[in-house]
Amino acid sequence: MKIPEEEYLLKCTAACAGCSDSLTLRYVLKAAGPDTVLVVPACCTSVIQGAYPYTAFNLPVVNIAFAAAAACASGMSEALRALGRKTHVIVYAGDGGTLDIGIQSLSGAFERGTDFLYICYDNEAYGNTGMQRSGGTPLGARTTTTPMGKRHQKKDIDAIVAAHDPPFMATACPAYPRDLFQKVRNALTFRGPSFIHVLAPCPPGWRFPPEKSVEMGKLAVKTGMWVLYERRHGKLSLSAPSKTALKNPAPLEEYLSPQGRFEGMDGADIEALKRHISENLLKLASEEAKG
Amino acid sequence: MKTIATGNKAVAEAVQQARPAVIAAYPITPQTAIIEQIAKAVSSGTLNSRFISVESEHSAMAACIGASLTGVRTFTATSSQGLLYMHEMTNWAAGSRLPIVMANVNRAVAPGWNIWADHTDALQERDTGWLQVYAGSVQEAYDAVLMAFPIAEHEDVLLPVMVNLDGFALSHIFQPLETVEVGDFIAPLHLPHAIDTRDPAGYGVLTGPESYFKFRWDIERSMRDSVNVIQSVQEDFSRRFGRSYGFTEDYLCSDAEVVVMAMGTLGKEAEIAVDLLRVEGIKAGSMRLRWLRPFPELNLAGREVVVIDRSYSFGFGGVLATSVRSRIKREVYSVIAGLGGQEVSYEDIAGFVRRRCIGREDWFGVNGHV
Repeated sequence: MKIPEEEYLLKCTAACAGCSDSLTLRYVLKAAGPDTVLVVPACCTSVIQGAYPYTAFNLPVVNIAFAAAAACASGMSEALRALGRKTHVIVYAGDGGTLDIGIQSLSGAFERGTDFLYICYDNEAYGNTGMQRSGGTPLGARTTTTPMGKRHQKKDIDAIVAAHDPPFMATACPAYPRDLFQKVRNALTFRGPSFIHVLAPCPPGWRFPPEKSVEMGKLAVKTGMWVLYERRHGKLSLSAPSKTALKNPAPLEEYLSPQGRFEGMDGADIEALKRHISENLLKLASEEAKG
Repeated sequence: MKTIATGNKAVAEAVQQARPAVIAAYPITPQTAIIEQIAKAVSSGTLNSRFISVESEHSAMAACIGASLTGVRTFTATSSQGLLYMHEMTNWAAGSRLPIVMANVNRAVAPGWNIWADHTDALQERDTGWLQVYAGSVQEAYDAVLMAFPIAEHEDVLLPVMVNLDGFALSHIFQPLETVEVGDFIAPLHLPHAIDTRDPAGYGVLTGPESYFKFRWDIERSMRDSVNVIQSVQEDFSRRFGRSYGFTEDYLCSDAEVVVMAMGTLGKEAEIAVDLLRVEGIKAGSMRLRWLRPFPELNLAGREVVVIDRSYSFGFGGVLATSVRSRIKREVYSVIAGLGGQEVSYEDIAGFVRRRCIGREDWFGVNGHV
């Protein structure tokens, strides 16, 4: 696998140091290539692209209202196909724009079989507005609107998307850039809607040092907190990093303790989170075994 | 071709002739028949468009925006709650300078649930940067949709256009309709800022106060320029198809001492009221406002004015009445009537004129005066 040298996200963006969103974007765009339109609802990416008349992107980016990304992409995809163009239409949205305010248009676009790729980069809170809880925030994590830690489990958007039976869906993390790159390439070979859910560790939001973003992504996978897989026409296969990691998962505490957002998380919550993780792993393992 | 049709059917017929590449819509009473007919035409192959059955009106407008950004013609239709639900995106469409055309079947806003004619829905969109025209007949709804495309798509405008027709009073009423062969009346769309992956650009990026302010002014400049464009498109339409339209439809206004102003079907009803009043020796005229945005100059010098509003801005007054008052810089007689589909006959309108009281506001059937 050769990853192109060409950069579509240019240097010196307004992103925070150690931003996983930027890292993800670099590989997503390298995989997609120049004949691509990015549709971006309100999220960190609306900010990091810079202010008019400048843009940090070397391909067209359409900024659209928070709830509207998948619908906007629907119209764009239909129009481009009507014009006989194969241009990739990629929604690039955060967890708020996907799991919460954008879930209606996401569901509609998937149900209608829209020919597009939807990528959710998930930093598990509303990052753009300064880390308020989202449906993607895990149990126990402190955000500015859950100062004592979130009382609810993370919403399972992957199960929701899977219920729409898309031809391709996957999870990824920029700590594993080759895996991410290949999954974007894979997704773009399918006609119809595809979905990639990317865990995007966020240094200021999760409160860890910026140089630890990749390490944090790896710990998420090694502890089973984040599982890498892809599902083609409903058939699930765990990706290599998760397959290896899950033979002997690292203790969850190795992932939680370096992050300020989990500081002071009580034992009961940690146990509940562990149960949640192991149930998820069992579910995925049995789905994979069924074939 | 001469036929009879409802307002909804007339709109759908016009859309089929304008041939948008993408139509995205969500059903709502009383608009539903428009999109049903379009969906049927697309599925039978008589209309070569992509019809996107979106899951909400917010998404309908978002899909039109996404499609329009690629440089193709787009259309949607809605009403009432649907229009309000897409409000965030109607702003986005105008701000993105996209020539989207929408038919809005005017209906009251809940609560209580009310599906009948009322202009509150469209008037809440007044300040979004959309051009707005109101039809008074089935024929006019058809003609207005045909004209909306070349107006919206003109390089001096590039703003969306909303064609309004009264719920049930027009959407479901059969009237004569003469359809036309559009020929080259609607030229192919050229969107100068269409997405081009070989010449990439950012759309709707973060914009600081100085630039934002200029973009807002540019909307207003185009709104002002649209006056000439509307005029020339209406003249072209008249030359080709023989039906003439102005910014207002004036009936017996030239020697009138009192002029009734209204929009939509009540404006048509007012013409019959004028006939009645003339028989009584009252020199009345009717000026039906067609274009609310851009708001036209009004020639009402020396005449008393009775304004009928089918909506209300709570805490201030009838939207049309306050607009007219501000335009002519003097008092009018403001009648609030027809909200939620309230029956208002030409007899009632004649009564408003007979009992007019300049400077006063009355709610028809609610307070004593009318």
